[in-house]
Amino acid sequence: MSALEPEGSLMELELTPDQEMFVETTDKFLNDCCTPADLRAMRDDPDGFDRDYWRQGAELGWTSLLVSEEDGGGTVSGRGVADLALVAFELGRHAAPGPFLPTNVVAAALSAGGTDEQKATVLPGIVAGEVVATWCWSEPRPHDRLGDVSLIATERNGSYVLDGRKQPVEAGAQADQFLVTARTEDGGLVQLLVPASTAGVTVAPMHGLDLTRRFAEVRFDSATVPASAVVGDPAGSADDVERQLQLAIVIQLAEMVGAMDRSFAITMEWLFDRYSFGRPLASYQELKHRCADMKAWLEAGHAIADTCAQHVQDASPRAAEMASVGKAYLGQYGPELVHDCIQMHGGIGVTFDHDLHLYLRRVVLGSRLYGTVSEHRQRLTALLERGATDDA
Amino acid sequence: MPDPTADVEDLDSFRARLRSWLADNMPRRDPDQPSPLARGLLTDEEELADVARARDLQRRLFEGGFAGICFPREYGGQGLTPAHQQVFNEEIVGYEYPARIQVPTFQPCATVLLDFGTHEQKLAHIPAILKGEEIWMQFLSEPTGGSDVAGAQTTAIRDGDEWVLNGSKIWTTGAWWSDWALCLARTNWNVPKHRGLTVFMVKIHQPGIEVQRIEMLNGSKEFCQEFLTDVRIPDSDRIGEVDDGWTVGTRWMFYEKSFPISFFTTRPAGSGDPMAQSAVGGSLVRQAAAMGRLGDPVTRELIGEAHALSVVQGEGNRRIGRAIATGKMSDQGAGLSKVLGGTLGIRLANINFDLAGASAAAWSDDDASLGARGVAFLTRQAGQIGGGTVEMARNVVSERLLGMPRERTLDRDVPFRDVPRGPSSR
Repeated sequence: MSALEPEGSLMELELTPDQEMFVETTDKFLNDCCTPADLRAMRDDPDGFDRDYWRQGAELGWTSLLVSEEDGGGTVSGRGVADLALVAFELGRHAAPGPFLPTNVVAAALSAGGTDEQKATVLPGIVAGEVVATWCWSEPRPHDRLGDVSLIATERNGSYVLDGRKQPVEAGAQADQFLVTARTEDGGLVQLLVPASTAGVTVAPMHGLDLTRRFAEVRFDSATVPASAVVGDPAGSADDVERQLQLAIVIQLAEMVGAMDRSFAITMEWLFDRYSFGRPLASYQELKHRCADMKAWLEAGHAIADTCAQHVQDASPRAAEMASVGKAYLGQYGPELVHDCIQMHGGIGVTFDHDLHLYLRRVVLGSRLYGTVSEHRQRLTALLERGATDDA
Repeated sequence: MPDPTADVEDLDSFRARLRSWLADNMPRRDPDQPSPLARGLLTDEEELADVARARDLQRRLFEGGFAGICFPREYGGQGLTPAHQQVFNEEIVGYEYPARIQVPTFQPCATVLLDFGTHEQKLAHIPAILKGEEIWMQFLSEPTGGSDVAGAQTTAIRDGDEWVLNGSKIWTTGAWWSDWALCLARTNWNVPKHRGLTVFMVKIHQPGIEVQRIEMLNGSKEFCQEFLTDVRIPDSDRIGEVDDGWTVGTRWMFYEKSFPISFFTTRPAGSGDPMAQSAVGGSLVRQAAAMGRLGDPVTRELIGEAHALSVVQGEGNRRIGRAIATGKMSDQGAGLSKVLGGTLGIRLANINFDLAGASAAAWSDDDASLGARGVAFLTRQAGQIGGGTVEMARNVVSERLLGMPRERTLDRDVPFRDVPRGPSSR
């Protein structure tokens, strides 16, 4: 069929045999260890995931996809971001635990711009699932708008002194290493790798919607790290941050679509099994039509999540645009779809015992973090304006 | 479908050849000047001029060896692949192209001919279509029918080597300047509705066919109704078997619904370039700038939303098209594109209207483009109705794709003449 295929595509529709096996292994692993009952049981677990589980995930390849082979990583298909999206989709389908997003974002940043020492001392532990790392980027109000960074890094005697707060930081209380995006005195950005044990760093757990994803506020009070903690060339930090944001969004979008996919599958099964007035719910035209809409939204969701992953993989000029398109769309239609699934279940759909809320939580999380729907719509207009300027 | 193992020109070389040919041979399109088709209301003279222009553009493509990229070579096409058509869609951005010939001439009419026509029928019409000499229409819907196209009552009765047609067809776009039509007619009233239909090729301008134009609420007179009185058609213009018209019709409907994912037609790429004519963001930014509203956060959010939805619609259609082309989804999946348009398209239309502000309701000469948004808003539902309603597509998707129980009907398994056709037949 190759002559019929437009070039350069590894959409989820067309997996390589290696990718298929990779997905199957992850799916089987998650089926075994992350049943809805397991997830419910973690509700009050302070960490939200088990370290052994995370190490096993790492063995399956979850943490190595954005790390170059020289640095001990490796992809499945030669296209690590696309591979990453496949895992994220499975994690979404299972509403699975684990610091997948922050760990991979930090691993990618270190592999791309870390010092030899960082690559030798920190990266191998991340890839092995022994070390949990997370990205300290967004900040509390009034600096909670997409991309606003006010945490200050002051250069003093060959060191950086950090002052400020970051939240929400995913797995902040579980992480061993923080990649901190900070503002320099001259108004630029710098990224620093800060061990959680650094003096002046304190972590306060936050509350959150997801059953297993944990968030924290990380506070830096004159926390001091040597200049060797810098990740990447500060002159390119703004681009690095944009790249990290895009990677985070690729994971988010794939997870959201996975969770939507599972919600829709559960709902289709329910509509056939549930009878009222002597006929299956699936026979009511009103519900059939809403299912057709949901199926269309879902396919479009798959499409934009895949397209975004491909553009970010290729670092294409449209990667930022596709990331924001995905967030603007799925951030709205993701929760909409799962809510309609709940509506079709009636009362049982809003109970804790039912599984739907596991996926709803995951989708809603994705609609809020790393930019809201509204923020990404406005970012798109800014991107278009830039395009318009170039055009003129 | 071309043989995938055949030796075809590689995409890069095709792109290079096409790019240089376009630069030398096709007129550039002025991005600030909407095409006559997009402008909507044309005088008859303008409309005829635009049709002539479309024929001419199609003729140029044919002479340059770029007409009918995915059509077989033996009928004048290029025998290339969907990937080549995609390249064409990307490269044609910024140029004029024969927009109004794409639908329904190439799809569904020419594609139905490709699937069901005899060799002679294809030779007689496909090259003429690719040269811009024949523009085709669909004699499909009827005044009594709406979306229930298999309930056609236009009747064809055999008379020797000829058929005699009587009845009326409606919602044909531009039949007054078109040449040929595919016509679905009832050839047997004594069997259930799907089993008594036959498809014919009909020359539009001939004795016995009266074409009347219908004025739409926006003043457009593009749509027509035809009255067929004792129209004589040679049996050699029959497509497919007698009484087996629904086999043809099913494929016909599929092609009609799958325009957004078709590779037999040209659609300038929306996803190749965000500033391209079919991605809405760029034009909305320009419009907002002209209105002095670019600083307004509400405007900025709406523009971003519209752009996101239009990109998602394009990507969704691309995925659906590929899933069908590669056999991962049944043909019935084509209805998904229509369904997607049912929600995203409506929202897009509303945003377009909102952004035009009060000028969309009352406008000065300077604001004609904003006024056009108001008029476009009045006809918002047309896209949700034409080519089968969104509701029909929702039925198809839920029943054929998702396997949900089918709606109960009263016209199955009874002779068509006994099917209730109004309150009086109860």
